[in-house]
Amino acid sequence: MQDLNAFRADTRAWLEDSCPASMRTPMPEDETVWGGRNAVFKNPDSKIWLQRMAEKGWTTPTWPQEYGGGGLDKAQSRVLAEELQRIKARPALVSFGISMLGPVLLEMSTHEQKLEHIPKIVHGEIRWCQGYSEPGAGSDLAGLGTKALLDGDEYVINGAKIWTSYADQADWIFCLVRTDFEAPKHSGISFILFDMASPGVSTRPIKLISGNSVFCETFFDDVRAPARNLVGRLNDGWTIAKRLLQHERTMISGFGLSSGRNNRGGLADNLAQTAMLYRGDVVELSDPVLRDQIAQFLIDSEAFTLTSQRSAQEARQSKGPNATSSVLKNYGCELNKRRYELALQAAGTQALGWESLTEDHSDFDQQELDVTRQWLRSKGNSIEGGTYEVQLNVIAKRVLGLPDMTSMVGSATSKKQAGA
Amino acid sequence: MSLVLNEDQLMLQQSARDFCREQAPVAVLRRMRDSEDRNGYPAQLWQSMVALGWAGMAIPEAYGGFDFGYSGLGLVLEETGRTLVPTPLVSTVLLSATVINLAGSEAQKTQLLPGIASGESVMALALEETAIHNPLHIELKAVKNGSGYMLHGDKQFVLDANVAGHFIVVARTDGETGHQEGISLFVVDSASKGIQVQRLNMVDSRNAGNVSFVDVAVSADALLGEEGKGWAALSRTLDIGRIGLAAEMLGGVQEVFERTVEYMKQRSQFGVQIGAFQALQHRAAIMYSEIELCKSLVLKALHELDRGEEAEDLPALASMCKAKLSEVYMLVSNEGVQMHGGIGMTDEFDIGFFMKRARVAQQTLGDAAFHRDRYASLRRF
Repeated sequence: MQDLNAFRADTRAWLEDSCPASMRTPMPEDETVWGGRNAVFKNPDSKIWLQRMAEKGWTTPTWPQEYGGGGLDKAQSRVLAEELQRIKARPALVSFGISMLGPVLLEMSTHEQKLEHIPKIVHGEIRWCQGYSEPGAGSDLAGLGTKALLDGDEYVINGAKIWTSYADQADWIFCLVRTDFEAPKHSGISFILFDMASPGVSTRPIKLISGNSVFCETFFDDVRAPARNLVGRLNDGWTIAKRLLQHERTMISGFGLSSGRNNRGGLADNLAQTAMLYRGDVVELSDPVLRDQIAQFLIDSEAFTLTSQRSAQEARQSKGPNATSSVLKNYGCELNKRRYELALQAAGTQALGWESLTEDHSDFDQQELDVTRQWLRSKGNSIEGGTYEVQLNVIAKRVLGLPDMTSMVGSATSKKQAGA
Repeated sequence: MSLVLNEDQLMLQQSARDFCREQAPVAVLRRMRDSEDRNGYPAQLWQSMVALGWAGMAIPEAYGGFDFGYSGLGLVLEETGRTLVPTPLVSTVLLSATVINLAGSEAQKTQLLPGIASGESVMALALEETAIHNPLHIELKAVKNGSGYMLHGDKQFVLDANVAGHFIVVARTDGETGHQEGISLFVVDSASKGIQVQRLNMVDSRNAGNVSFVDVAVSADALLGEEGKGWAALSRTLDIGRIGLAAEMLGGVQEVFERTVEYMKQRSQFGVQIGAFQALQHRAAIMYSEIELCKSLVLKALHELDRGEEAEDLPALASMCKAKLSEVYMLVSNEGVQMHGGIGMTDEFDIGFFMKRARVAQQTLGDAAFHRDRYASLRRF
C-alpha cells in the first residue's frame, strides 16, 4: 500500500512536469493522435506528449517492459489512469495496435514477433489496420477468400478486403487469409502481418452516407509477405481472429459509455436540454412522448454505464474480455443509435441540414450540422465489429448455451465457398 | 464502489436460495391459492424465515434487528421473487419497519420494531386511494379530536391488509390533495372501532385489501413523526420500497428467463430443439442483455441504501430501478408464456404465475411510466 502511495506521488509529480498544458484541455476530434510513419500532429504539444508517455511505456501501461510497455500491475495502472483523469489529460496515442492487435500479439505470438512489433505500437511508429471483412464475407467472416500461397519463404497474397478502417493511412495490416482450401471454412484461415507499402497493395476510400470516408476497399495483387510474419499456427488463424474480435467489441462498446453524459458538448449530449431549447420550454419538456422516450434512454444509459463498471470488476476477478463483451457491444451501439434518433427529434428540421450555405451559419450552425452527420455515422455502430444480429448469435450460443443451427448450415456450404 | 457481492452477501444469497428452493417453491403459492387459505401466506414457513433473521435484516440492533442492511434484505427479496413465496416481507419488513424507523419516536421504535424483527407483528402501509399509484393523492382526513385524532376515509390495495395487526395510515391533517404539506402518518391498531377491511382476491394470489376508516379515534401518540410533515419519511420509505420491490422482481425475471431458456433446450419441433431457431435465440439474447442492466441497477441502488444518510441520488435510483424492472419483467414474463407455447397458457404449469405476479408488482408503488415521469422531473426536464 505504501508502495502504491509512493507510486501515486511519483506519477503525479511526473505528470505535473511532463504533460503540456494544452494536453489537459478537451480534445477536438481532429487532434487525435493515431501515430504511424505519416503521423500528423496538428497540435505540436501532442508530439511531445506522445514521446514522453511512450518513453515510459505508458501508452500501454500494463504491457511488459521487455517489449517497451509500462510493466505496471493492475493496481498501478489504475492509479495512473486516475492521475491522468485527475488532470484531464488527453490520450497520448489512439490506435488499433493498442486496442486490438497488441493484446493478441502479447498473448499468441512468438518472442521475435513481439520484439519486432510491440515496441513500434507502444511508440506509435507504426499505424495498423485490420484486414477482416471481404466483399463476399461480412457477417459470415469465416467464408473469406483472400488467398495466401507459400512460395519459398514468402506468402503470395491475392484478394480484396473491404471496410478496412483508415487503410489509406495505415502502415501495416493484420490480415486474415485462406491458407487451406480443402478444410472446413473455419480451419483453413491464417493470421498474417504485412507492410501496406508492399508492391501490389492498393486502397480506395469508400464514401459513406455521412459524407465521410473512414473505410476503404483494399486490394492485394501478388503481394509478397515473409512467412515468418504468420502469427500462431498455420490454419489456426480463426482462434486469433475471434480473440481479437473480443477486444474490438470491448473497444466499440465504449462508444455507448458516455451516452447520456454531458461531455462532448454537442446537441446529442444533453437531449432534454436540446429538446427544451428548440421548443422554447422553460420548466418542463412540453412534448410528453419525447420526454418519456428521453427518460427511458437516460435510464438505460445509466444502467449501461453501471453494467460496464460491473463487467470490468468481474473481469478483474477472472481474465480478459469474455462473452459479456457481446452484450455490452450491442447495448452500447443501440444506445448510441437511439441517442442520435432522439437528438433529431429534439432539434427538428434544424438537425437535418447537410451543409451551411451562409457565411455566418444563420441557416445551420456547426452543432446542428455535426449532429446530422453523427446520426448517419451512428448507423454503422451496429454493423461494424460484427453486426447486431451476429452478436445476438454469440450471446445465444456462448452465454445461453442454445444449440447452433448456423454451424450446421455453415459446414454444408463451406466446401463450395472455399473452392470459389 | 463495488458492484459485486462480498463473501457475507454471497453466503446469505446461497442460504436464501437453498431455503426457497427446498422449503418455499412455487408449489407453496399454488397450495395457498387452491386451499383459499385465510391467512394468505404460509405462517409456519414465515416463522422459519424469521428464524433465519430475514424479518430483522434492515432493523437496527437496538430495536431487536440484525443490522445486515438493505443489501441483505434485497438479496432475500430477490430469492423469494424466484419462487414467488408470499410473505409479509414487503408490507411489514420493507415498508412498515422502514417508515417507523425513519419517522418514529424512540418510544414508538422500541415498542413496534422488535415485534417485526421477531416475526410477531404483521403491519401494512395504508397509502393508495386510487387505482393508479399516486402517493400525493391523499384525501383520508385526520382531524383533531380532543388530545387525539379522528380518521375518516378510504384506502385501497393495501398489501396484507387482511392479516395486519397495525396499519400505518397516510392521512391528511392539512392542505389539499396533491400537496406534500399536511400529510401525516398514524399507527393504528387494525382492531380499532370503525375500521373495515375488504379482502381482495388479486391475480397474483397475494394478500391485499381495501380498508375503510369511519370516524376511527386514535390517541395523540399514534402520530408517527410531526403532524403535517410526514411526506419526507414517507417519500424515502417509498423509494426504499421501490428498490426492494425491484430486487424481488429481479428474482422473478431471472427465474422466468432461466426456465424459458431451459425449455428452449428441451422442446423439439421440426426435428430440432426450438432453441436452435434464430427467431427465438435473438429474443432470448435481447432479454439476457436487459436483465444484465437490471442487475446492475438493483445492486447499485441497494449499495447506496446501505450508505444511509450519505446515499446519493436515491430518488432517481429508485425510479430507475422500478421503471426498468417493470419494463423488463413485463417483457420477460410475456415472452416466457409465449415461448412455452400452449403449455404456457395452462394453469398446471408455473410460468403463468410469474406473469401474474409481474403485473401486480409493476403497479405496486408506481409503474414504468410513473417512474420515467418522476425521473424526468428529478433530472429537471
